[in-house]
Formats: sequence, structure tokens, C-alpha cells
Amino acid sequence: MLRPFRLHEPTTVEEATSLLADLGDAARPYAGGTELLLVMKAGVLAYDHLVNVKTVAGLAGIELDAGVLRIGAAVTHRELESSAVLRERFALLASVERRVANVRVRNVGTLGGNLCFAEPHSDPGTALLLYDASVEVAGPSGRRTIAVEALASGPYETALADDELLTRIDVPELPAGMAGAYLKFGYHQRPTLGVGVAVRLSGGARPAIEDVRVALGSVSPRPLRLRDVEDRLRGCSTADAVALASGDAGDLAAAASEAVDDLHGSAEYKRHVTKVYLGRALEQAIEAALAAGPERGA
Amino acid sequence: MAAEAQTQRMALSFNLNGKPTALEVEPHVDLLRLLRETLGLTGAKRSCDLQVCGACTVLVDGRPVSSCTLLAFEVRGRDVVTIEGLRGEGLSGEGAHPLMRSFIDHAGFQCGYCTPGMILAAASLLDEEPSPTEARVREYLDGNICRCTGYKKIVESVLGAAGGEG
Repeated sequence: MLRPFRLHEPTTVEEATSLLADLGDAARPYAGGTELLLVMKAGVLAYDHLVNVKTVAGLAGIELDAGVLRIGAAVTHRELESSAVLRERFALLASVERRVANVRVRNVGTLGGNLCFAEPHSDPGTALLLYDASVEVAGPSGRRTIAVEALASGPYETALADDELLTRIDVPELPAGMAGAYLKFGYHQRPTLGVGVAVRLSGGARPAIEDVRVALGSVSPRPLRLRDVEDRLRGCSTADAVALASGDAGDLAAAASEAVDDLHGSAEYKRHVTKVYLGRALEQAIEAALAAGPERGA
Repeated sequence: MAAEAQTQRMALSFNLNGKPTALEVEPHVDLLRLLRETLGLTGAKRSCDLQVCGACTVLVDGRPVSSCTLLAFEVRGRDVVTIEGLRGEGLSGEGAHPLMRSFIDHAGFQCGYCTPGMILAAASLLDEEPSPTEARVREYLDGNICRCTGYKKIVESVLGAAGGEG
């Protein structure tokens, strides 16, 4: 049962950040509530004040602006999964959004709230690393941009100050010819592991990996870009890369995973599944890039 | 706890099963508590209380939500349908909903605890996609848990209502 709290419904970003600054630790921004209300019900966190993000003007809607998808902080997972522009030009993100939690959570929960809550066992924050996405944050002294890669500082912790509000998520399109796959694995409601791989292949009969992005989440306390793994795979033929994923590139991923013991399994187990799923995601990403053929090597 | 936090009351007007409803609600009250304890509609159940099981499913503007974790004030100005209000063709017609008929014909429930949520979630799916595949039905309902594990009959019930084969 939730304890009573006072609800504030600001209509401007300035009013919201001013409220957050005045109320300090006693307040928390509230959007869909699908994460926040659970921990408040459990008594893990208590707030005397919630500040409703959804009444703030300008935080709704999805727009494509010069190759960058601008997602308002109040946009729900359902709006994302059913967005035509997402399906057509951000297919990988759309496929992740379609599989967030369940249909009821997607109808209410927001991507902005998901990122701010920084639950380690979650997929969108990991998938966004493949896009080099960033967020716009507003505070009493103005606005700043934070890379999604630097947003989660640990489990349930972000780089946002108490008086800052996430206002927008900016997702640049993948470079031309790049395509990818995102695999998740788990046996609870929340994922045990999520691995995303995006690749751009060279042309010719024996294509090589011209560029690659690898992101890992859920096994670690926060989503990670695995740049050492990317460096190891870049320039390899596709066949060599797949073999490497089961070999030393897979070992690099496991070592970099920052895996921790929790209800989903031991760190050792998670390092093992990281290696397995890296290989599978790489194979599927290569298939996706081959299917996207016409732009390849152009 | 500030004393004022315990006394904040918000005006709430919404359509409940097609009827305009107006009352006052404190912001921390969840929709399930309002439905069950204030409005006497006990079809939706509190079970996991974590949005995982689907026993508390109701439709808001035709889409399923977990009423256990949706604050009641959020439905202001919106249409809420509970299992008590699901009727006829679509979400607002007359008579027993085809899904209810199909759940009976296909023995789609055992203890019945998950059934209101199953039927409401399925109603939303069929409203959006009148002829889903079996895989799509399973995917859409994967957040609704049946403790009796009677999923085969539940899926048959939904497909039966979709295909009209009853």
C-alpha cells in the first residue's frame, strides 16, 4: 500500500525544476510510475512529494529532425512500439520497445522514466547505446546534454542532480548500411541479459566488418558499450568475427561485463551467457546487414 | 510526513463502464483500490501487486493497464472498462461479449482468478487486431499469468472468439 504523498502538476519545465530544487530529497519526478511506484509500495523509497512530468508542456511526442529521433520525456513505450518512423528507420529500437516488460507496462511506462530509474535489468538503455543516443536535461540553471552511456552511474543511480529533469531523448539514426540485432535472455519478468550488436559490412563476395557497435546490459550494474570487443571485431571477415565471438572476443566481453551475483544468477554464469549471446547477436546482426544489402559498400 | 500530504484531494471525473463518474480521490490511491473498495467492482483482483501477473487488468481508453500500480487520478477524462462493463461487440455494445461466450465454450478457465484480466487483455488485442495468429495471442498475453497453467484452453478461447467459430 502506498503511503500518502502530495502530487504536484507543473505545466512548464521551469516550474518543475523549481519545485524539484525547493523540495530536494523529499520529491521525485513521476511519469508512468511503473518502476517508481513499485519501490514506494515496497517501502524501499519514500517521497512526500511527486512531481508529475506528464502535465509539463513540451514533453510529449516523437519527431524526426535531420536524422535524429527526438523522443519527449513523457512518451510511453507503447507510443514508441507503434510509431511508424521508429519501425521504418529505427527498427532495432522498435524491436526492443515491443518486448519491454508486458503490454500493460508498455501502455503506461515511459522511456524517459525507464532511463531515469536506471534499473539494471532493463533493455532500452542498453539498446540506445548502439545509437550513440543522448538525453537533454533541464535544471534551474539551464539545459545540458548527457550521453546515454554516461547517464546511469550505477544501479538505480544516474548523473542527474536532484533538481534536474530529463526532458528529451535524442536518438541519431544508425550510419547508412549499419544494421543490428538485440537479444535478451531471462527466466524472470525482467531480463537476465541483453546484448545488442550493430554492424556495417564491406561489399564483395567475402564481406568484412567495417564498423561495429556492441552493447551489453542487465548482467552488469549499468548498460555498457564494449569498445574493446568492437576493436577486436572491426576489420575481420564475417566468418572470422563469428569465430572470435566464441573465442577471445567473447572472453573480452565476459571480462568487461562487470557481471555481479544476483537473483538472476552468479557472475560466473552471466559471463558465460554473455559470451554465448554475443556470438548469436553478432550472427544475427551480420544477417540483418546482409539483408540491408543495397546500401552496403556504397 | 507533511500533514498536508495526507489531505490532498483531487477531483476525478471519468467514464466507468460507459457511465460518467465523478468523485474525489487522494493522489496515492491506486485505481484498483478505488474500483474495489470505493466503487464495489471486484472483478479485477489484487495479486502480485507488481504489474507482472495481470489479475488486476482493466482497460483505459481501450488499452490494458495494471490497475494495482496505476494511480487513480490518472484516469481523469478517460474511459475505464472493467470486466463488469465488457459487453457485446467491441467494447461498448450490448449482451455478453463474444470472448466471454468463447471462454465458456472452450473451458477457458479453471479457478477463474486470472479470467477477468485475460478476457480484457484479449478484448484489447482483438479490438486492434481482429484476426491474430496463435503466436500473436501468446505474445500479447504473455504478461497475464494463469496459476492453473490452463494456457492452451485460454489461447483456444481467444482464437475461437477471433475466428467466430465458437
